[in-house]
Amino acid sequence: MDEPPSNSPPSGRTAYWYGRGMLAAFSIPGLILSSAFIGFAGLAKEAGFSLTQTVFMTGIVWALPAKVVLVGAILSGASLPAAAFAVALSSVRLMPMVVALMPELRGPHTRKWVLYLLSHCVAVTSWVLAMERLPRVPRTMRTTYYGALGSTLVLFNMGVVAVVYAVADRLPDSVLAALFLLTPMYFLTSLWGSARESAAHFAMAFGLVLGPVMHVLVPGFDLLVAGIAGGAGAYVMHRLRARRRPA
Amino acid sequence: MTFHSIDAWWWPYLFILIAGWLATDMWRFLGVYFGGRISERSEALVAVRAVATALVAAVIGNLIVFPTGALADTPLALRLGAAGLGFAAFLLARRKMLLGIAVAEVVLALGLWLGV
Repeated sequence: MDEPPSNSPPSGRTAYWYGRGMLAAFSIPGLILSSAFIGFAGLAKEAGFSLTQTVFMTGIVWALPAKVVLVGAILSGASLPAAAFAVALSSVRLMPMVVALMPELRGPHTRKWVLYLLSHCVAVTSWVLAMERLPRVPRTMRTTYYGALGSTLVLFNMGVVAVVYAVADRLPDSVLAALFLLTPMYFLTSLWGSARESAAHFAMAFGLVLGPVMHVLVPGFDLLVAGIAGGAGAYVMHRLRARRRPA
Repeated sequence: MTFHSIDAWWWPYLFILIAGWLATDMWRFLGVYFGGRISERSEALVAVRAVATALVAAVIGNLIVFPTGALADTPLALRLGAAGLGFAAFLLARRKMLLGIAVAEVVLALGLWLGV
């Protein structure tokens, strides 16, 4: 696609940047995300969620870690407050991500409610794509671009989840096993790749080990205990390393 | 009050709305509210990110060590080997996600095929 001439009508420019945003949803990171949703559809089905519940959850929660935590909490028989607390802890990371995105997204006349609406599409993949590509989008077209990118990712993956859920029964066990491995591998690599400081790498290592250990020791609270203990430990390691470094 | 404690069609949706949507979107909305007012680099946010990362890592660990469904029938050593080799390939190839995921899948498929 060529850049439309700058004197083209505003509606034409909007359509152009909307289209560019939609196309960005089908880039490599977008497709890798869809592979993780293939695995998630299988996970939710095994956990006993209905097709509509699974698709509803995909659109309304959107962040995949939050959904996997939610399914995990329900599987381990957590109560509503315990499940909400675990999901909330896993989603705190979204706040600093949105904080970082706002200056990139906001134009001179952007309304506040547009930003609140668009923030629902923020999760690791759309955030990484937006932070990388928004600087090359004209400022007045950025909410259009991100709206197209975010909504396309959400709607397309709702479709992916529905299709995989519907055909999962007809797949052989070995294929299902391979699909189930997609979600943890997606997180293992994307979490490590998006880490900004050593604390996040320590937190990953601690969490990976503490999760299964606490699953045995304190079922129902395994995620909370592993998250808080692993995160606190990682932060302490981060501070100790920072202190050892010459100022 | 668990996911299965009320036998009505709307209860699972209400559960997902409160424990899923509210628990997630409140952070996004706070992010819009605070946008430009707090620094991403503040120490409090480093600690917050560490807890969130450990929690998601705990989920990953459980998905690999205590999986559900078809993956549960595969040997633990094969799952650990597949994930470990995939992650090693990801690190060696300068963080190419696609390669890491592909290596893990190939190791798992080979293991299942050979009947490990």
